[in-house]
Amino acid sequence: MIAVRVQAEPFDLAAEATALTAGRTDIGALVTFTGLVRDHGLSLEHYPGMTERQLCAVADEACARWPVLAGTVVHRYGDLGPGDPIVFVAVAAAHRAAAFEAASFLMDWLKTRAPFWKRAGDEWVAANASDDEAAARWGGLPGDREPG
Amino acid sequence: MTRLLYFAWVRERVGVAEETIDLPPALVTVADLLDWLATRSPGHAAALSDRSAVRVGVDQDFAGFDAPIAGAREIAIFPPVTGG
Repeated sequence: MIAVRVQAEPFDLAAEATALTAGRTDIGALVTFTGLVRDHGLSLEHYPGMTERQLCAVADEACARWPVLAGTVVHRYGDLGPGDPIVFVAVAAAHRAAAFEAASFLMDWLKTRAPFWKRAGDEWVAANASDDEAAARWGGLPGDREPG
Repeated sequence: MTRLLYFAWVRERVGVAEETIDLPPALVTVADLLDWLATRSPGHAAALSDRSAVRVGVDQDFAGFDAPIAGAREIAIFPPVTGG
């Protein structure tokens, strides 16, 4: 089960990680990834409803592919400053390989499937071909329409 | 009635974030819809002038230009996503 949240508010990295593993004795590996805003501030627009729907679909696919014991995905929207955390992915599993791979998969797929758009100053940030390539290495869903 | 939603620079060029329209029944696919929308205003035309630059969600799932739109309640048009 991977919990998905979309929020404007900041999140606490340590608290998110601690909450995932509290009271658990079956988790042997916890991988966390945090994306931070670089250089200049960003404003993020998203599509409420579709964002949650797509993030949940990506989370479900991760659970279908790897023996995930617990997980969290948090993505922020709104105005963010340099250094601000923008996205958080945590995956807990019995062993590290599944946790590393599932976390990497979640990030690669959410970058190409979650409907967020970044704006830096007066410019909309263009999609990055390398993100499409990173997502493509995991294959797709049967009958999937590639979003990129 | 179908709810049309626009995001990012598509929204800026169209000039509105959303509109609810009774779509002509002759519109069968996403491509038909984009062709038709482009005739509605100069803003719509500007937003849709380069089809390779837009993506479409039908009822909150990504849809190709050949996807059917019959029965869709919500169709969104937006640039390629840039989250993460």
